[in-house]
Amino acid sequence: MNLSMKWLADYVDVGHISPRQFAEAMTMSGSKVEGWELEGSEIRNVVVGKLLSVVPHPDSDHLVVCQVDVGNGEPIQIVTGAQNVKAGDIVPVALHDSDLPGGKHIKKGKLRGVESNGMLCSLSELGLTAHDFPYAIEDGIFVLEEPDVQLGQDIQSAIGLNDTCVEFEITSNRPDCLSVTGLAREAAATFDVPLNLPVPEVKHTVDDIHDLLSVEVKAPDLCPRYVARMVKNIKIEPSPRWMRERLRACGVRPINNIVDITNYVMLEYGQPMHAFDHKYVAGQKIVVRRANAGEQLETLDGVVRSLTPDMLVIADMEKPSAVAGVMGGEYSGINDNTNMIVFESACFNGPSIRVTAKKLGMRTESSGRFEKQLDPATCIPAVERACQLVELLGAGEVVGGMIDVDHSDHTERRVPFEPDWMNRFLGIELSREEMVRILEKIGCKVEGDVVIPPSFRGDLEHKADISEEIARFYGYDKIPSTAIRGTANGAYTEAQKFERSIDQILQAQGLYEISTYSFISPKYYDKIRLPQESPYRNCVVISNPLGEDTSVMRTTTVPSMLETLSRNYNNRNKSAALYEIGTVYLPQPGKELPDERPLVTVGMYGGGCDFFSLKGILETLLNGLRVNGWEMEACTDHPTFHPGRCAKITVDGEFLGMIGEVHPSVCENYEIGGRVYVAYLDEQVMLAHVAAETGYHPLPKFPASTRDLALICDESLPVAAIEKAIRQAVGNILEQLSLFDVYQGSQIAAGKKSVAYSLTLRAADRTLTDEEADAAVKRVLKALKPLDVELRS
Amino acid sequence: MLLEDLQNIEKQAAQALESAADPKALDDLRVKYLGKKGELTAILKQMGSLSAEERPKVGAFANEVRAAIENLIEQRSNALKAQMQEKKLAEEKLDVTLPGKAAPLGKSHPLNKVLDEIKEIFLGMGFSISEGPEVELDYYNFEALNIPKNHPARDTQDTFYIPDNVLLRTQTSPVQIRTMEKQRPPIRVIAPGRVYRSDAVDATHSPLFHQIEGLVVDKGVTMADLKGTLEMFVKRLYGEDSVVRFRPHHFPFTEPSAELDVQCFACHGEGCRLCKGEGWIEILGCGMVHPKVLSICGVDPEEYSGFAFGLGLERIVMRRYNIDDLRLFFENDVRFLGQF
Repeated sequence: MNLSMKWLADYVDVGHISPRQFAEAMTMSGSKVEGWELEGSEIRNVVVGKLLSVVPHPDSDHLVVCQVDVGNGEPIQIVTGAQNVKAGDIVPVALHDSDLPGGKHIKKGKLRGVESNGMLCSLSELGLTAHDFPYAIEDGIFVLEEPDVQLGQDIQSAIGLNDTCVEFEITSNRPDCLSVTGLAREAAATFDVPLNLPVPEVKHTVDDIHDLLSVEVKAPDLCPRYVARMVKNIKIEPSPRWMRERLRACGVRPINNIVDITNYVMLEYGQPMHAFDHKYVAGQKIVVRRANAGEQLETLDGVVRSLTPDMLVIADMEKPSAVAGVMGGEYSGINDNTNMIVFESACFNGPSIRVTAKKLGMRTESSGRFEKQLDPATCIPAVERACQLVELLGAGEVVGGMIDVDHSDHTERRVPFEPDWMNRFLGIELSREEMVRILEKIGCKVEGDVVIPPSFRGDLEHKADISEEIARFYGYDKIPSTAIRGTANGAYTEAQKFERSIDQILQAQGLYEISTYSFISPKYYDKIRLPQESPYRNCVVISNPLGEDTSVMRTTTVPSMLETLSRNYNNRNKSAALYEIGTVYLPQPGKELPDERPLVTVGMYGGGCDFFSLKGILETLLNGLRVNGWEMEACTDHPTFHPGRCAKITVDGEFLGMIGEVHPSVCENYEIGGRVYVAYLDEQVMLAHVAAETGYHPLPKFPASTRDLALICDESLPVAAIEKAIRQAVGNILEQLSLFDVYQGSQIAAGKKSVAYSLTLRAADRTLTDEEADAAVKRVLKALKPLDVELRS
Repeated sequence: MLLEDLQNIEKQAAQALESAADPKALDDLRVKYLGKKGELTAILKQMGSLSAEERPKVGAFANEVRAAIENLIEQRSNALKAQMQEKKLAEEKLDVTLPGKAAPLGKSHPLNKVLDEIKEIFLGMGFSISEGPEVELDYYNFEALNIPKNHPARDTQDTFYIPDNVLLRTQTSPVQIRTMEKQRPPIRVIAPGRVYRSDAVDATHSPLFHQIEGLVVDKGVTMADLKGTLEMFVKRLYGEDSVVRFRPHHFPFTEPSAELDVQCFACHGEGCRLCKGEGWIEILGCGMVHPKVLSICGVDPEEYSGFAFGLGLERIVMRRYNIDDLRLFFENDVRFLGQF
């Protein structure tokens, strides 16, 4: 909402307050000011001048040389290229060293050898259009037809370009403040100055509306009130300058006197008005009804709209002429042949207007106001004001009488008035009298322990709402700042601590955390080669996505990771090692909401990393988190991964995650040239298998024995099987088992590999004898026999 | 006679030691003079020929000479060690300006880095951290927050719908409702999380961003408590000298409602480019929980009151690091991530 300060001054005197103070105080009382603009403030040193003579330029056939009287005795010479000026014209003159809108600076100079001491200005050079001054032409010098201008007078005051426009951000609960009178009321309460709102009156009327028109409201639920007045012998012409100025200051383009009056009243009272030509009202009867199924209407913007029965239309005996509260029809509007008009000032059901405007895809100034639910009581003063303005402008003759079809609820709202409760709620100590004074300033009545809000304050329903009014005008800044009473224990939950440990362990290993979108394209499932029948393709689908790329909620985090790695690769980053704790959204049969599961996803390329770098990171993570009993086993059939470099991770038989080198075809899909490694782990499964914290293990008192074993086995035998057998065979004296060499080559038979382990053996209660250690090695060799593992000779 | 010999040995040994250049030479000298077949031993062997009177004298003198030579050897040995160490140290000189061998250091995403800081502040004020689903029922996201269907407040939050009654939450406020349904007062929680609005991606808009919700409900919670709590938060986050103002606003689920601004750090309220000339920067929305919302959650508004607040994480992080493009957060270029 843009407010003209000149207009505001009609109702409240805030002339002694600077725009900055005004903006700050209004913001602090709840009407947020986004900014303000001093009209014409970009213009400097531009004055009214009179052309004394206009003669052709000696060296140019498109320039003329003018002698201009700018009110200081000596005429000045200005050269111009404009063709529409003649001696005697009054024009805006930008003098030497003057400023124009858009940072344009004017200095004297020579044009084709003739001295020019400034510039004659057009409308657009002053930041105006022909809508502001309909008598002037767009492409030429602005020849003033304003009465009472002085030569040498600043152009701003001469043409009324000196208003201050204040831009407000009005919240959706205060449609009453989308108006000059509403803001005047707030300003009066804010600055504690009187509010002067005259009741509009029409002095002279002809005929009676009831002889010319009738109104029937068939859908009173959607139209609580419909008020109409008429004007005859309409004279369509531009509206006067003061009205055009005010409309311009509020950001509305002047059109003609009748249209301008409806806009003026809407801005002044917050009540959208509609004016239509009486001769197009078939049967001289307005019918307010639901649209018929299949009914169509061509709206003012030239679009044919298909209407549905939940939409309200303004119709006559034959056809609809407007979508109620949204937009008028193409054929009912005012034109130059209009003689008699009907002013409609109505109140519609807000939600219904909102649905209609949304369905038809046309949010208008009018629908934007109606949908916030306007006050039925404003209909009458608004239409009266419109008629008063018709009279004032001499735009026609007001027809006597008024049609008022009123189904609105006139019951007063009564809200409990509890000063003690409000003081406790706000944490202040304000007297009852002070509260009453505040409430009366904004139009409330207080009767005993009841507040009766004015009809235009539909937002005041509860004592909490009344408290806000008290707080606003007492001053939010005067409410003290206190600490919450009582103590509370702020702490992370176990799951939150667990997640923090994941961050710490992964970051300690050099990984950068990433953050990716939770929605992806269904095509990404193809990119990671997910089979068509994969259950992961069943996902939560957004019905109104921005685009396909963000149209489904992900069921896997792998595409997000690969996309990030790909972006880094294609940005020529040599290496990347990343992780994300990101959610997947798995639809649950029979439930409305999906299962939201956090997954830990790790991905890397470059920097010499390989499968075992990634595996090492996971090992450190799982061991650091004390996840108990996890295992990895080769997985050859996961379509996203290299069939020979992929493992499934389980814990106690439960699926925990995957790790692998990404399949070359997938890398190709993501335009990554090198090898990429990705793993993911289910956070909740990990958390469910965290071992209890164990006590401290005493440091060993007895020495350890070590035995190294070089073994030969089939190259396809996973070392995990060997290790498992060794651990079982040695028993609890095995302190540490470490693999220190794997070898294949000329020293070893084809199809075989050599695997070398170092065993650290130790007993807690004695020094192990060589015999005991050797016996353990014998047990190991025996246990390895069935696996075809032998000691390397 | 023997005494003279002993004196000579000491002299010779002293001379010889002075020129001993390495531990080997030193050891040879030790053997030569003090060894079992050394010169001193040879002299001592002749002691049998001495008279009983002379023997103790010569014996004592011989011991003195031995001690003196041993002392000289040790001195020389120490000197040699020191020399050699000095030489070694000189040889081992490094160009200390060569780069270090760094273990790679991982990083938190900047959003989480600042979020962690915010969590710590609230934990310190006795808040716990709560969570709620991102795919949410219309009821929790709107209806229970006093935003019925076709309420104009829905317009400011362009919503992604699944079917009609399920949506991607547009705010973290539904966690307020879920928390009150689960837990009786006193309640003191924050709920950080992802929220979704149908905004096309550009430098300042993203269809996905993060909010942090806060909720306090107890007997006798006042608007003054709201002010005190949030002022403390802002001062912890932005510094004790931050200037804060609360200005009336409207949210359907709080009454009274407010927005909290901090005075612009760059211009201190004068108005500049950073604050778009306003002198203040909007940080969060807040208010006293609407009694209707308390009732919906089964909390008696006559017995309890509370306040709630919500702030956007991205804007706070962008201002902290002067980041001018929101997209950088979700592009995750390592050159960006490595800076935090």
